[in-house]
Amino acid sequence: MSEGHSTYTPKTGIGRWFDSRMPLPRLVYDSFIAYPVPRNLNYAWTFGGILALMLAAQILTGIVLAMHYAADSTLAFDSVEKIMRDVNSGWLLRYLHSNGASFFFVAVYIHIFRGLYYGSYKAPRELLWILGCIIYLLMMATGFMGYVLPWGQMSFWGATVITGFFTAIPLVGDWIQQLLLGGFAVDNPTLNRFFALHYLLPFMIAGVVVLHIWALHVVGQNNPTGIEVKSKTDTLAFTPYATIKDGFGMIVFLFVFAYFVFYLPNYLGHPDNYTVANPLKTPAHIVPEWYFLPFYAILRAITFNIGPINSKLGGVLCMFGAIVMLFLVPWLDTSKVRSAVYRPWYKLFFWLFMADAILLGWLGSQPAEGSYVFMAQMATLFYFAFFLVALPVLGLIETPRRLPNSITEAVLEKNKGRGGHPAGATAAPETKG
Amino acid sequence: MIPKSGNRFSDKIMLGTMTARQRISRGYGMKKILASLALLGLVAAGIGATGTGASAQEEAHNEAAPTHFPIDEPKEMDWSFAGPFGTYDKAQLQRGLKVYKEVCSACHSMNLVAFRTLEGLGYSDAQIKTLAAEYTIHDGPNDAGDMFDRPGKPSDHFPPPFPNEEAAAAANGGAAPPDMSLLAKARGVERGFPRFVFDIFTQYAQGGPDYIHSLLTGYDQQPPAGMVIPEGTHYNPYFLSGVSLKMPKPLSDGQVTYDDGAPQTVDQYSRDVSAFLMWAAEPHLEDRKKTGFRVLVFLLLFGALVYLTKRKVWAGVAH
Repeated sequence: MSEGHSTYTPKTGIGRWFDSRMPLPRLVYDSFIAYPVPRNLNYAWTFGGILALMLAAQILTGIVLAMHYAADSTLAFDSVEKIMRDVNSGWLLRYLHSNGASFFFVAVYIHIFRGLYYGSYKAPRELLWILGCIIYLLMMATGFMGYVLPWGQMSFWGATVITGFFTAIPLVGDWIQQLLLGGFAVDNPTLNRFFALHYLLPFMIAGVVVLHIWALHVVGQNNPTGIEVKSKTDTLAFTPYATIKDGFGMIVFLFVFAYFVFYLPNYLGHPDNYTVANPLKTPAHIVPEWYFLPFYAILRAITFNIGPINSKLGGVLCMFGAIVMLFLVPWLDTSKVRSAVYRPWYKLFFWLFMADAILLGWLGSQPAEGSYVFMAQMATLFYFAFFLVALPVLGLIETPRRLPNSITEAVLEKNKGRGGHPAGATAAPETKG
Repeated sequence: MIPKSGNRFSDKIMLGTMTARQRISRGYGMKKILASLALLGLVAAGIGATGTGASAQEEAHNEAAPTHFPIDEPKEMDWSFAGPFGTYDKAQLQRGLKVYKEVCSACHSMNLVAFRTLEGLGYSDAQIKTLAAEYTIHDGPNDAGDMFDRPGKPSDHFPPPFPNEEAAAAANGGAAPPDMSLLAKARGVERGFPRFVFDIFTQYAQGGPDYIHSLLTGYDQQPPAGMVIPEGTHYNPYFLSGVSLKMPKPLSDGQVTYDDGAPQTVDQYSRDVSAFLMWAAEPHLEDRKKTGFRVLVFLLLFGALVYLTKRKVWAGVAH
C-alpha cells in the first residue's frame, strides 16, 4: 500500500468518478490484487486468510445465535437448548460457533508458531507481531466469555476459577474481581456483562485485524527464507497467486473444521457443560477450554511460595508472564537471521518448545497431583527458558547456515535440487508444505 | 531471466555479531547451558510420555479403596447411530421410550423434550396425540384465574415427576435425580492418552450411551472384599464419581414388556434406554451426519478443483 506506486487505473467513468472522491476501489485493488507477495510463501502463510475467514464466520453465526439466546441465568441454558432443538438449523449454527472458536484457536496457534519459526516478529515487523499478540489476547477474552454463556457447569465454574485469579493481585484484586463479576460471585450480572462483552470484543478484534493488516502491508510479508524482498523477481501479485493458494488452504482447513462440526461436535467440549450451572455443586475437575490448557498448567505448576509472593500470586504472575513473553519476543531474539531454516540450534529449540507447549496442554487437562505437578514445573521452566535464555543466547552463539542472496536465488536453488527443473518453466509439485 | 545478486550474505550476517574468536570462547560455555536446556526439554517430554503409565501403576495399589473413578471403564457397545452414516434404530428408540416411561420417569424428569419431537421415533401425528394425552399437564391460570389440569398436547413437554427440585431431593434421599434430557451428552468418562487421539479418526462420540449402559448393567457386580459402601448407596464399578451411588438397581429382567420380540433383559433394556437418551440429547443427529457427508463431499470436490486451478495458475512460476 504505502510502498511503490498504485497501479490502479479505473476503466469506467464511474470508476474514475469514485477514484477522485473516495478511492476505496483503489485501496482494495492495491491491497488484495496488485499487492506484491514473496513468491516462496508456503502453506503456513495461508493461515492469515483462514483466520480472517474464521473471524467473519464467528461473527455471522454469533449474531444469529444472539437473536435466539437469552442472557439471563435462569433462561440461558434452556435458550441454548432451544437453539439446538427447535430453531431451524440451530444445531448447525451453534456447533459451527462453538467448534469455530476452537478452530479459530487452532489457526491462530499455527499462525503464531509460523511467526516464531520464520522469525516474522523481527524488525521491521515488531509492531505487526504485537498487534497480533493483542488480537490473541482479545481472542482469549472472547473465547472465555463465550464459554460462560451456555451457563453449564463448566461455564460457571470456569468463570469462578478464572475470575478468581484476579483476587491474587495485591490491594486491588478483590475490587477487580467484583467489578468483573458484578457482585461477589458468578451470577446473573456476570452473565449479562459477559454477554455484552462477548458481543463487543469480536468487533474490537476486527478493528485490530485492520491495523494488523495495515502494518503488514507497510512492511510486507516475511517468507520462509526470512530474507527481505529485494527486487521485483522476488514477488508475485497477490491475485491470482496468493488468492488461489489461500483459497485452497481455506478449503482444506474448512474440511477438517466440518469433520468436527458434523461428526465430533462435542469432542472439544466438556460433558459437564451439558448440565446446567449449579453454584452448590463443584465438578470433580474444573478444566478450561483446551486452548487455555498450557496456561492453566503453568498457573497450577507454581505450588510453592517465593519470598513475599505466595503460590497463588506466583501462579497468576507466571500465567500472565507466559503471555507477556510473546510480546517481548522481538527484543528477546538477538539473532541477525530471521528464519529457523538457517538456524540449526534455534530449529531444535523451536520444536522442543512446541513439544513443551503440547505437553503443558496435556498436563493442564490432568489433575494437579502426584507426578503431574513436577512435570508441569519442569515444562514451565522450559517454557520460560525458551524465551529468556534460548532466544537471547542462541542469537549470539549460533553459527547460521549460509543464507541465499535473495528469495529468487533460494527458489532457484531449491528447484535445482529437486531434479533440475529449469527455473520458471514448470510448476513445482506441491510437496513443500 | 532472474538476475543474480551479488554475494552480500556473509557481511550481512557478520554485521553486528561478535568476531569468530569471541564467539568460540564465549560460545563454549553458552552451548553447554543450551545443551542442558535442550536436555531439560527432552526429559520433560519423556516424563510426559511415560506419565500415564506411571500414574496407572500408582492406582493399582488398593482394590478396596480406589482413588480414581470409575473403577471400571464403560464397555464400548455397537450403536446404530455411531460413525459417519449412523442413524437411530427407531424400533430401539420406541423400546427405550417405553423403558423411560415405565421405569425412569418415576424419578427422572425430561424437561427439554416435547411430545411433538417424538416423530423422530417414527410415531405418527395421531400416535403422538394419543401418547401426549396420557399425561396430565398442570396449566393455567384460566380466565377465572385458576390453575387447572388438562390432558397433554403434542406441544407439551414431558411433565416432571416432582413439582420442584427440593421435592425431588426429599423423595430420593437428599439428591435430586438428574434431568434426563441431556444425560447422554452430559456424561462421559475421560478417554485418556492416546485414545483421545484415535477417537478423532474412529469418530468415537458414544461415551454417554456407553456410560449409561454400563452403569445400568453394573449393579450385579460385588464390591471387592473390605470395600466400605456408604449406607443407603449401591455399589457400581462404572459410577463416574465414587464407589457407589444413591440410585438402586432400576431394571430387572422381564420388568418391561416388549411387543416386538426383543429380549426382555436388563442388558437389552439398558441398550434401548441409552439409545433413546442419546436421541433425547441429540435429536438432530441423523440430520447432522447426513448434512456433514454432503458438506465434506462438496468440500472435497471444490477443493480438488481449486487445487487444479492453483496448479494451473502457478505453472511456470518458480516458487
